[in-house]
Amino acid sequence: MNAADILSTLPELVLTVTALGLLLLEVMGKPPRARFVWVALGGVGLALGLEFAVPSEGQFYAGMISVDLFTRFFNVLFLTTAAGSLLISVPYLRRTLEERGEYYALTLFATVGMMFMAKAHDLTITFLGLELLSVSLYILVAFYRNRVRSNEAGLKYLLLGAFSTGFFLFGIALIYGSTGTTHYDGIRLAIGSGEQLSMALTVTGFGLLIIGFAFKVALVPFHMYAPDVYEGAPTPITAFVSTGPKVAGFAAFLKVIATAFAFTTQHWWGILWILAAITMTVGNITALRQDNLKRMLAFSGVAHAGYLAIAIMVGSADSAFALLFYLAAYAITTLGAFGIVSLIEGEDESGLDMDSYRGLARRSPYLAGVFALIMLSLAGFPPTAGFLGKFFIFSAAIDEGYTWLVIIAVVNSLISVYYYLRPVVAMYMQEPADESAVAVPAFIVPVLLLVVLVALGLGLFPMSLVKNSIAAAGSLF
Amino acid sequence: MTSFTDSLIELLGGLAWVPENAAGIIFVTVSVLVALPVFLFMTLNAMVAVYMERKVSAFMQDRLGPMEVGIFGFKGGKRFWGGIGQTVADAVKLLGKEDTIPGEADRALFIIGPFILFGAAFATFIGIPIGYGLVISDFNIGIFFVIAISSIGVIGVILAGWASNNKWSLYGAMRSAAQMISYELPVGMSLLLVVMVVGSLQFHDIVMWQEQHRWFLFHSPFTALAFLIFFASGVAEVNRTPFDIPEAESELVAGYMTEYSGFRWSIFFLSEYANMAIIALMSAIIFLGGWLSPLGGLFRTFNLEQSWYFLEGPWWGVFWISIKAIALIFVMMWVRWTWPRLRPDQLMYVAWKVFIPFALANIFFVGIWELLLG
Amino acid sequence: MTASLFYLFAVGLLGASLFVVLNPNPMYSVVALVFGFANLAAIYFLLEAYFIGALQVLVYAGAIMVLFLFVVMLLNVQSDADHPSLPRVFRIGSWWFGALALVFIGLFLLLVGRSALALLAPSEVPPTQIGSVSQVGEALFTRYLLPFELASLLLTVALIGTVFLAKKKI
Repeated sequence: MNAADILSTLPELVLTVTALGLLLLEVMGKPPRARFVWVALGGVGLALGLEFAVPSEGQFYAGMISVDLFTRFFNVLFLTTAAGSLLISVPYLRRTLEERGEYYALTLFATVGMMFMAKAHDLTITFLGLELLSVSLYILVAFYRNRVRSNEAGLKYLLLGAFSTGFFLFGIALIYGSTGTTHYDGIRLAIGSGEQLSMALTVTGFGLLIIGFAFKVALVPFHMYAPDVYEGAPTPITAFVSTGPKVAGFAAFLKVIATAFAFTTQHWWGILWILAAITMTVGNITALRQDNLKRMLAFSGVAHAGYLAIAIMVGSADSAFALLFYLAAYAITTLGAFGIVSLIEGEDESGLDMDSYRGLARRSPYLAGVFALIMLSLAGFPPTAGFLGKFFIFSAAIDEGYTWLVIIAVVNSLISVYYYLRPVVAMYMQEPADESAVAVPAFIVPVLLLVVLVALGLGLFPMSLVKNSIAAAGSLF
Repeated sequence: MTSFTDSLIELLGGLAWVPENAAGIIFVTVSVLVALPVFLFMTLNAMVAVYMERKVSAFMQDRLGPMEVGIFGFKGGKRFWGGIGQTVADAVKLLGKEDTIPGEADRALFIIGPFILFGAAFATFIGIPIGYGLVISDFNIGIFFVIAISSIGVIGVILAGWASNNKWSLYGAMRSAAQMISYELPVGMSLLLVVMVVGSLQFHDIVMWQEQHRWFLFHSPFTALAFLIFFASGVAEVNRTPFDIPEAESELVAGYMTEYSGFRWSIFFLSEYANMAIIALMSAIIFLGGWLSPLGGLFRTFNLEQSWYFLEGPWWGVFWISIKAIALIFVMMWVRWTWPRLRPDQLMYVAWKVFIPFALANIFFVGIWELLLG
Repeated sequence: MTASLFYLFAVGLLGASLFVVLNPNPMYSVVALVFGFANLAAIYFLLEAYFIGALQVLVYAGAIMVLFLFVVMLLNVQSDADHPSLPRVFRIGSWWFGALALVFIGLFLLLVGRSALALLAPSEVPPTQIGSVSQVGEALFTRYLLPFELASLLLTVALIGTVFLAKKKI
C-alpha cells in the first residue's frame, strides 16, 4: 500500500470516518442529534469534492480496485443519491422522533459499499461492497424497531438477501475454481487464452453471478421481496433502497460483464433476454393493480430493472452509455418520487393510497407539478430525461438486432403510462378532501429542484450528461 | 524436529518384514500405536487426579478422605496413602453400573455427546509435547491446533445437555456453552502475546525461546498478567469452581451430566480431568518453561554429554514438566475448595469486561515492551 | 494413500452435507454440519494446510456451530416430523430435494472430475508453504489488504445492526 492507494479511496475513507464519527457522537451523553445531518452531509459533500479535487486513474491496492471515469460517474451518482436520501429523511425522522446517529451512519456505510461495488476490479471487493451495502440496508429497512411492518420487511429482506448472497458467493467460488483468480483481468485472460479448467464451470459460475445481481436489482423472478420491503420500510429508506442497490447492482454487473468476461459468455444471453422481457411485463402489469403508491413505485422499479437489463444484455458501447444515462435519470427521479410520497404520508403509514393525492394540484400546485413531472419522466414522455433514457436503450438494442425485445419493451412502456398517470389524474382532475396546503420542509426543496433539473433540464439539454456517460462507458471498453 | 509418529513410521517402514507400498497398513498400525499411550495417559491421569482431588479436599477441610480401600493389602498411613485403591474400586464400580438412557431422551445425541467431549480432549493431546521431541505429532501450528480442537468439546456438552431432555441438563448445557465460548477469547488472546514475542506457534520454539531468554512468567509484568488470565480462563474452560456454574450441584443437580450414569458418566469424568491436564500442561509449557529445569544452568559447568546433564536431559524434562503440571493442578484444586462459585452474570462480567479488555491491552503493551526492551 | 484418505473425507463431507439438508431435525442437522466441517478440515490437513484446517475447526465447528446449537436449543425448535399439520408433500419433499441434490452432485462431479484429478496431482509449490500462517498473514496484509479492511467494516456494520435492532433499551 502506498499514498496513491489511499488517494484512490479518499472519498470512501472520508465517508467511513464520518460515519464512525457519527456513531461516536451518538454514544455521547447528550448527542447533538439535530446537527448529525449536517455532519453527514458535510462528509458527503467533502467526498464529492475530493472526487474531483483528487482524481486518480488506474488500478490500486494490488489491482483490487480500478478507478476511472466510469467509477467517478457512479461515485457522483451514489453521493448525490445519498445526499438526496439524507435530505428526504430529516423531516420524516424528526416527525417520527427517530432521528439517531445510526441512521445517518448506516446510510453512509451503504454508500461506501456502493462506491466499492463500482470501483471493484476483483470479485472479492464486488462481494464485500455488495454485502456492506446489503447489510446496511437490512438494518435501515428495519430501522423503526417498533413498527411491525418495518421489522417484517427487514426480516424478509435479510433472509432473501442472504439466500441470494449464497448464490453470488458460490458463483465466485466456481469462477475462481475454474480460472484460478478472482481478478477481473485475470478472469478475462484465463477465458481468452483458454487456460481455464473447464468452460462449463465458468459459465455455471457466471449464471450464479447473474442470479445474485438479479436479486439485488430485483429482476423477475427474483423480485419477490421488493414490494413488501419497499412498502414496509420507512419511506425515505424506500427511496434509498429503490435507487442505491439498483444503480450499484447494474454498475457492478456491467463492469463484471464488460471487464471480466468481455461479453464472451454468450450462453446466458438467451436467459437474460427472457429475464428482461418477463421483468418488464410482470413489473408493469402488477403495478397496474396497485393502489398503494409505495407498492406501485416498487413494481415500477421492477419494470425499470427490466429495461435496464436490456442494456446489459445488448452489451455494446452504445447500450452501456444508455444504461448510465438511464440509471442517472431513474435514480434521481425515483428519489424525488419517494420524497414527495413521504411528505403526503400521514401518521401510522396512512396516506399512501391514490385517494390521498386527490386534488393535490389545488392544495400545493408546485409539489403536484413536480410529482407529475416525475411520473411523466418515469413513464417516458418526451421531453423528459426518462424518455431519452428509454430512447437510447431501445435504439442501442435495435442497432444490435434485438427488435422483438424492443417491441415488448415499447408495449410495456405504453402499459406503464396507465398507472403513472393515475396519481396525475387524481392530483389534477379530482376534488381534494381538504384544502390545506402540504407543508414542504426546507430540507426537501433542494431534492425537488434537483429532480426538476434532471427530469426536465436533462430532457431538454441532455448533452452534458450524454458526454459524461459516453466518456464513462468508454473507459470500460 | 522428529515426533513420535514420524519415528514410528520410519521404524515400521524400515522393518524387513513390512511389505513395500504398505502405506495403509502402516497408517492403521501407527494410528493404534499412537492412540494407545494417549488413552492410557488419560485414564491414569483421571485416576490419580481423582484420588488427589479427594485427598486435597480432605486436607483443606481437615478430614481424612478415602482411607479404607488398599491395593493388595497395602493401606499405608491415614493421611496420605490410606485408601490408595479407592479410585480403582470406583472405576470398576462405574464400569459395572447400569447404563441408563432416559426414555424421553434423544438416544443418538445422548450417546454421541460424551464421545465428542472425549474425542476433543483426546485429539488435543496429539499436539502437546511433554519433553523435547516427545510429541505425538508436531504440527507447525502447535498452539493453534490445540485451541482449535479443544473448542470442539463444548459441542459434546451442549448435545448431552439437550439430549437428556431434562431442564437441569439444558440449563447446564446452555451455561456451559456461553461460558466456554466467552472464555475461549481471553485464552486465545493471552496466548497470542506469547506467539507474538516468540514469532512461532510451535511449542518447541516457545520453550527454546524461554531457554535462551527466561520463562514467560518472569519475562515482563504483562506476560505474567497473561499467565494469570490464561490460567484463570483455562480453569473456566474446564468448568471448575469458581467457574463451575454449568454443573453447580446445589442448583442444577449435576448440570449437563444429570442423566448420565455408569460408563458414559465416567467418560465425562475422564474428559474433565484430561482437560485439566491439558490446561496445566499448556500453562507449564508456555509460561513456565515447559521441560526446562527450574535449576536452569546450575549444573552446566560439568563437562558432560548434553543428554546426561544432571536434571537437564530429555527424560528429566518429562519429570520437570510433570512437576509443574501437577503443581498447577494442585492450584486448581486448592482454588476449588477455597472459593465460592460465581453467579452466571458475574461470570460473563469477568470474561467480557475484565479478562478480554486486559488481554487486549496486554497485547498492545507487550508489543511496546518488546520494542523498547526486547 | 493420500488419495484414498481424500476420498474417505470427501465422501464423509458429502454425506454429512446431504444429511444436513435431508434431515428434518435441526439438532441432527447441526451435528452433521459439524461432522462435515471436520471432514473439510481433514482435507485441508491432507494438503498440509494445517493453519487453514485448524481455522476451519476453530471458527466454524468450534464457534459458529456452537452458536447454531445455542439458538436451536434456545428456540426449542421441534423437528419438522413432529408437525403432522405440515402437508404431506413437504414431508416427502425433502426426499425429492435429496434426489435433486444427488443429481446435482453427480453433474457437478462430472463437471469438476477433471479439476479434482488436477488438484490431486502434485503442485509446484511445496505443500508446506500453502496456507502456512506466515503466508496467510502476508497475503492478508499485502494483496488482500483492502478486502481485509472492507470485511472489518462489514462486521462493524453487522455489529451495529445487531445491537441496534436487538437491544431492549437503546
